[in-house]
Amino acid sequence: MEKRAHISGWTLPLLLILPQMAITVIFFYWPASQAIWQSFLREDAFGLASEFVGFENYVSLFEQPEYYRAMVTTAIFSSLVAFFSLACALLLATQADKNIRGGQAFKTFLIWPYAVAPAIAGVLWLFMFHPTLGTLSKPIKAIGIDWNPMLNANHAMTLLVLSATWKQISYNFLFFLAGLQAIPKSVIEAAAIDGAGPLRRFWTVIFPLLSPTTFFLLVVNVVYVFFDTFGIIDAVTGGGPAGQTTTLVYKVYADGRLGGDLGGSAAQSVILMIIVIALTAIQFRYVERKVQY
Amino acid sequence: MVENRPFAQFMAYLTLALGVVIVAFPVYLAVMASTFDTATIINGNMPLVPGNQADENYTRTLLYGGMHARQPVGGMMLNSMIMALGIAIGKILISILSAFAVVYFKFPFRKTAFWIIFITLMLPVEVRIYPTYKIVADLGLLDTYTGLVMPLIASATGTLLFRQFFMTIPDELLEASKIDGAGAFRFFKDTLLPLSMTTIAALFVIQFIYGWNQYLWPLLITTKSSMQTIVIGIKMMITTTDALTEWNVAMTTAVLAMLPPVLVVIFMQRLFVKGLVETEK
Repeated sequence: MEKRAHISGWTLPLLLILPQMAITVIFFYWPASQAIWQSFLREDAFGLASEFVGFENYVSLFEQPEYYRAMVTTAIFSSLVAFFSLACALLLATQADKNIRGGQAFKTFLIWPYAVAPAIAGVLWLFMFHPTLGTLSKPIKAIGIDWNPMLNANHAMTLLVLSATWKQISYNFLFFLAGLQAIPKSVIEAAAIDGAGPLRRFWTVIFPLLSPTTFFLLVVNVVYVFFDTFGIIDAVTGGGPAGQTTTLVYKVYADGRLGGDLGGSAAQSVILMIIVIALTAIQFRYVERKVQY
Repeated sequence: MVENRPFAQFMAYLTLALGVVIVAFPVYLAVMASTFDTATIINGNMPLVPGNQADENYTRTLLYGGMHARQPVGGMMLNSMIMALGIAIGKILISILSAFAVVYFKFPFRKTAFWIIFITLMLPVEVRIYPTYKIVADLGLLDTYTGLVMPLIASATGTLLFRQFFMTIPDELLEASKIDGAGAFRFFKDTLLPLSMTTIAALFVIQFIYGWNQYLWPLLITTKSSMQTIVIGIKMMITTTDALTEWNVAMTTAVLAMLPPVLVVIFMQRLFVKGLVETEK
């Protein structure tokens, strides 16, 4: 896309674009290239000298069982959160899309958790399911489960999935609702005339037409779980118990800060960058497809 | 609705009501906890109706903070507000200018410049935290508002959004303004800016929420407790061993931390939805 009319001169546009360029180069490209460079270096124990070690940081990364565990944790965490938040949001959006009274009010009451910071969301759920004082821990204990997210990794993961899902539903709900409202009513009416009941209409007409939205949300949700859940994990479990809820992003943070292993942390950053670029590429391919729709 | 089924209507209400209750319950508990004293909460039998400690909890939290951190939450809210406004305004400022340059001018390396900005979409702060931290430290910007704000205002979202919007503005407007003898600055100020107001407002709403809720970045670069934002502050309150956590203060802080962004979403819902849907395109 190009404008037909232009303003002449080129010093002014260069001045206009300069602030963004400067900030982008200083805070994006410089650190990103530093990360790539550092991932090939190893610092000595005192951080005084560093030598070029090639792919050694990457190799030792893939020799760590902890790294595989973080990968598995991230995979489980993302798929659970993506699945539950998409499913709940779709259910709520289909109901809100029905022509009912007070639909707008329901919408308002469902979207505001978007505004709650991930770390705060984590604190709210931790309080609710706290092993000793949580309001909802008592009923769980009453049915005979020794609920303790501080000590039990499965319980910790459950709590993380619940809080991350809670926070993400509002976002997915908004996009699903917009997607549903964009489906022409005539298509649904035609299906109804052909004798398709509500469920059949949903699975054979609405759900396939909604698939671009669903796919888009799937990618966004995975990115969300990768990065934005850092606050939730840090507030609720701190990666524990015994590192069992440490995701890839949390490990970059923990290894660099607590362990001081900058080379290893940089190598992890580079791998994460590759994952993000792959996910973004997938998303853009999909966007192109949508244009042709 | 294709057919009118009272039962389906009833189920819709039931599902939505249940959804609202589940969504609201954690926040309801936090609000309740902010009205009791620590002892009532600690013993695990907190009532689900408000207590009478609200005044005391909120006054103490805002003015003095918790027993251990002793950092007034009022000050933290001020820090969060400065950071959120800085990020939102800064991002709008630099991105509207660069979008104006990219769309309305022809200059050398225009395409390159656009791609350099565009690629940053793929590099969230989390993947480059330590190198960025080091740069900010070298620039002497640790524990400053500039250090909190600057690295977060550079991103392609704003530029793309404005570019997309400028593309929908008819070329005739620029031609007309040229015939009237207006220069680039006049065209920007008198034509482009007034037309962009809704887009600016929508971007502001989204970026304010984004800025207010930042976690990892402020956690890394603030060492002084006087520079802490409220989202970081609450974490500090609950890391001490369980018996010492003042849950009433922590939950009061949580309520205060949620208040500004949630109010923005509720009262500017139309702009919020517009901003959210359009920045993701």
